[in-house]
Amino acid sequence: MGFEDFLQAFFSREVFEQSWPILWQGLQVTLWLSLVVVPLGLIGGVILALLSTVKSRWVAWPLWCWVDFFRAIPPLVLLVFIYAGLPFAGFEVSATGAVALGFFLNTGAYYGEILRAGIESVPRGQMEAARSTGLTRWQTMQHVILPQAVRNVLPDLISNTLEVVKLTSIASVVALPELLFQARQAQSVTYNATPIMAAAVIYFILLWPVVRFLSRLENRQLSGRR
Amino acid sequence: MTSWDKFVDSFFNAKVAWEYLPKIIDGFWLTIALALCIIVTGLVAGLLLAVIRSLGVRPLNWLIIFTVDLFRALPPLVIIALLFFGLPAAGVTMDGFTATWLSLSFVLMAFSEEIFWAGITAVPRGQWEAARSTGLGFLQTLGQVVLPQALRMTIPPLTNRTIAITKGTALGSVVAVSEILGAAQAGVSFSFNPTPLTLGAFAYVILFVPVVILGRWIETRFAWKR
Repeated sequence: MGFEDFLQAFFSREVFEQSWPILWQGLQVTLWLSLVVVPLGLIGGVILALLSTVKSRWVAWPLWCWVDFFRAIPPLVLLVFIYAGLPFAGFEVSATGAVALGFFLNTGAYYGEILRAGIESVPRGQMEAARSTGLTRWQTMQHVILPQAVRNVLPDLISNTLEVVKLTSIASVVALPELLFQARQAQSVTYNATPIMAAAVIYFILLWPVVRFLSRLENRQLSGRR
Repeated sequence: MTSWDKFVDSFFNAKVAWEYLPKIIDGFWLTIALALCIIVTGLVAGLLLAVIRSLGVRPLNWLIIFTVDLFRALPPLVIIALLFFGLPAAGVTMDGFTATWLSLSFVLMAFSEEIFWAGITAVPRGQWEAARSTGLGFLQTLGQVVLPQALRMTIPPLTNRTIAITKGTALGSVVAVSEILGAAQAGVSFSFNPTPLTLGAFAYVILFVPVVILGRWIETRFAWKR
């Protein structure tokens, strides 16, 4: 196999131009999907993190089981279970619905753990001081604790968000037409690997800045610790 | 049949469970084998890259940083698709197991290189200088002074990252690896009953809940003293 053949198989301009419209659609779905599942996961995470501040064991134990269960189950398994399993129980779910629910449960657990660590990193005195100024528990959470908690774990939050955006690619398994799914479609029509390569390049262009940013953030955090 | 009976018959059907349990158990062992392969390859490669990076050869470091960024930015499923569906176009055919193993090893390599490198740079310069001034060579200093301290710091983030990436073994089901999820899905389509999926979910819980708890324990045990 010569270099020409290699280029033809992975970087064919002709195939790329042919498959671009469908890849573009896929990219739009991926972006739109990310804009849905990241907030969903964050909402789930905030709920779990707030519950973790309740000091009753009747809350703490179920919460602990919930979080560890959804951290133990691979997201793809959860997604397939929801999409292929629930119809047997009489719940018809669309691919989008299954993805939304799966991501809410899975990424919610991860965001929840991160935010919990953030809340715990805020000194107890903050809560006591804010309460003594007359703020209610909820107001203190909202205006004093959470803003500091989020700032303290910002790198982890961004890193998890990067993982969530990457994870949207598993939606291709339930035939949701996001970038990877469309690339596979285009590949099977053109008998050429260019569309998959193009999808990989698109992901890279999209997410590289975030990876770079994170890397610098982590380095700065590290030098701050020394 | 009441809806409860229907639910039990769908998800906890003893006859179906008994029939497909051996397949799920086979899948269980395959998942473990795949996971171990990924952990060993990924961590060794990551450590190797971090050690090479500490030599401080500029062009080599750029190459390492680029490789790490690449595999941090690409979704694992896209890498698997590229290897399994794309590479045959270049005349390289690999089975699903190899494709999943290689892909996830690359991803773990990238993430662990970052963590190892962070650990190495976190060891104060004075340690290097002191060790070198006693007559130790570069590699001796690295191996006997710096790495023992660095590795200890890397254990918590490394454990969590390794767990997260190992759960990606479920992605192998997309490329026909009959690990737990693959075996479960095959069972569902043969029996037209989702009980194998329930079994599969149980298998993942049995496998990963102890690992997640271990990760939690390690995180507190080796917590970075601030």
